[in-house]
Amino acid sequence: MDAMKKIPVREQDPKERAANFEEVCLGYNEEEAVMEASRCLTCKNPQCVQGCPVSIDIPGFVQKVKEQDFASASAIISESSALPAVCGRVCPQESQCEGKCIRGIKGEAIAIGKLERFVADWARENGIKPSLDVTPNGKKVAVIGSGPSGLTCAGDLARKGYAVTIFEALHEPGGVLVYGIPEFRLPKQKVVAKEIDNLRAMGVTIETDVVVGKAVTIDELLSEEGFDAVFIGTGAGLPKFMGIPGETANGVYSANEYLTRSNLMKAFDESYDTPINPGKKVAVIGGGNVAMDAARTALRLGADVSIVYRRSEEELPARVEEVHHAKEEGIVFELLTNPVEILTDENGWVNGMKCIRMELGEPDASGRRRPVEIPGSEFVMELDTVIMSLGTSPNPLISSTTDGLDINKRQGIIADDESGATSRKGVFAGGDAVTGAATVILAMGAGKCAAKGIDEYLS
Amino acid sequence: MFQILQSTVLADNIYLMVVEAKRVAKSCLPGQFVIVRADEVGERIPLTICDYDREKGTVTIVFQTVGASTAKMAKLKAGDAFRDFTGPLGVPSEFTKEDPATLRNKKFLFVAGGVGTAPVYPQVKWLHEHGIEADVIIGAKSKDFVILEEEMKAVAGNLFVTTDDGSYCRRGLVTDVISDLVRDQHRHYDVCVAIGPMIMMKFVCRLTKELNLPTIVSLNPIMVDGTGMCGACRVIVGDEVKFACVDGPEFDGHLVDFDLAMKRQQLYKTQEGRAMLAWTEKETHHGGCGHCGGEN
Repeated sequence: MDAMKKIPVREQDPKERAANFEEVCLGYNEEEAVMEASRCLTCKNPQCVQGCPVSIDIPGFVQKVKEQDFASASAIISESSALPAVCGRVCPQESQCEGKCIRGIKGEAIAIGKLERFVADWARENGIKPSLDVTPNGKKVAVIGSGPSGLTCAGDLARKGYAVTIFEALHEPGGVLVYGIPEFRLPKQKVVAKEIDNLRAMGVTIETDVVVGKAVTIDELLSEEGFDAVFIGTGAGLPKFMGIPGETANGVYSANEYLTRSNLMKAFDESYDTPINPGKKVAVIGGGNVAMDAARTALRLGADVSIVYRRSEEELPARVEEVHHAKEEGIVFELLTNPVEILTDENGWVNGMKCIRMELGEPDASGRRRPVEIPGSEFVMELDTVIMSLGTSPNPLISSTTDGLDINKRQGIIADDESGATSRKGVFAGGDAVTGAATVILAMGAGKCAAKGIDEYLS
Repeated sequence: MFQILQSTVLADNIYLMVVEAKRVAKSCLPGQFVIVRADEVGERIPLTICDYDREKGTVTIVFQTVGASTAKMAKLKAGDAFRDFTGPLGVPSEFTKEDPATLRNKKFLFVAGGVGTAPVYPQVKWLHEHGIEADVIIGAKSKDFVILEEEMKAVAGNLFVTTDDGSYCRRGLVTDVISDLVRDQHRHYDVCVAIGPMIMMKFVCRLTKELNLPTIVSLNPIMVDGTGMCGACRVIVGDEVKFACVDGPEFDGHLVDFDLAMKRQQLYKTQEGRAMLAWTEKETHHGGCGHCGGEN
């Protein structure tokens, strides 16, 4: 074993996996996990912990893996993270824990994400359940939204003895974990449902099909339904469109729609009723994780897929592993390219897209070099489907139906960084609903902080 | 699970169900809709609310079987349950926010096409309960397809029923009746509300524009989540793109791009579906209702 290099993790062959929805990454087995854990330098001053948004004791759990004491490793992770099987799979480790790993300076970073996944999967497969030894304290908290921030907040509060009810607008809990991230990255039944079952086992009630802001307001939850505090974890589900001509044609979707049909409604599975028009020649506009998810989903549904992104590869915001997997699977990357107009046939169906080539100019407010059109470089891509994956913003439903809840100009709820407290007493918020679209782990971190904030408020 | 307390066949392929849905019944208003799922593998189907009982905690829905999912729903009986029933979604009818005193000075004309009679009913009922009598036109293919007539008669001011084939009351399209009432009989209306197949709403609006009669329509585009998340239901109103599920489903009919809306409705119609519609409707199949993409 070369101590400088990561133990390789087994993955499905690219050609095979481009035709199925099973998990791409197969994870470490025990032998591989122990070998990888042995590479850890057990630094006296671990930088990896500082890179983790929920400060998992990484050297601690990695040491236990090395000792083959997986149960203890699981216990250590559980102290800080409610959904390790999820994070191990979807965190952008390269810019968090692994990005700070000392081993990674001269060699390759410890595969912390894969180790976390290994431990979480082992715990699940060996029936390790969270401890249920909790005394109820008689107080009730309502959590709005069952995505990563809501689930984490609910779990932490339940552990402290609160009676928690999660209100979920959709018919299945999980938020982005079920509607956004595809099955081949994050299995729903095998992983997500089990994590949610753990919450139910702790006594958390989940009421689906309830749209807070429509069926009931936060004001009513506090004044009429006896809740002592409320956490808003409603995410950022509002899709963005470009506003270019032809965008309302048949065959143009938001990534949210395409993914919701495939992931939540399981349109890829013939035994489910919801249809999807997968398309044969698809362009996905955007370069983030959602764009990669949409592209790789379209590929598995039988299409030829291109990613169209206006900046260059370096600026792609998507997780490195996803870009790598997408390329392996045969997705074409049209970088430094931007759509100008969507073209349709006489029946209003997409049959092409006019694009223009871009070059990078001066940096803009985000610090990234601004893409600028190259005049005269227009060309037409022949397509039948366009998926807009430009980002999402918070849905204003909650803020517009709750008295005294301050929001910023991007419709994000204003909340205190440490406690999640909003401008309204007893109402807390965290995750994408506050920051705009970000990551699962950041949402979880916010859910954790808010649980602490709510506990302090109600003590 | 949301229990079905009553299931009635109103006409061939048109069903009425009374469903126990306490949260929805408590907060819903006319103009809003629900999204239902029959079972674990079912599609999310949007349906405008037909009636509600806040004390009993029930909501009434009416739907027509147009495909596999609605056919599955049609098989449910009293005692069965919907796996999911979410709502109320969408913005309530504008008049529910107005002062009834001001409303009493307004003359309403409701135009209900076919199964559109179901969402018209709660609006007329609400006005009636607030002391406002509205005129209602119900248009249907034939006598067998006139639904909720007695219920509507009980809450409407004047009720005018018309059929395509003349098998009941009078023969003619709803636009013929509007023209008769406004042009020939010189009746005055301040606002028109038209709900029915897209092609019907399009032609009603074309007429009411000529008559200078402000018209509100209720759109029924394809939807997935119904909460503003996906954009499947986007429509063009004036020069803006709106989401029917959160900005609507009611819009100013004179600004709606009906042609685009009808095209978008056909997104999942298959060759087989179109063939089936042409076969079942036989010589009355003239297409253009927006349901199958047949010729106008």
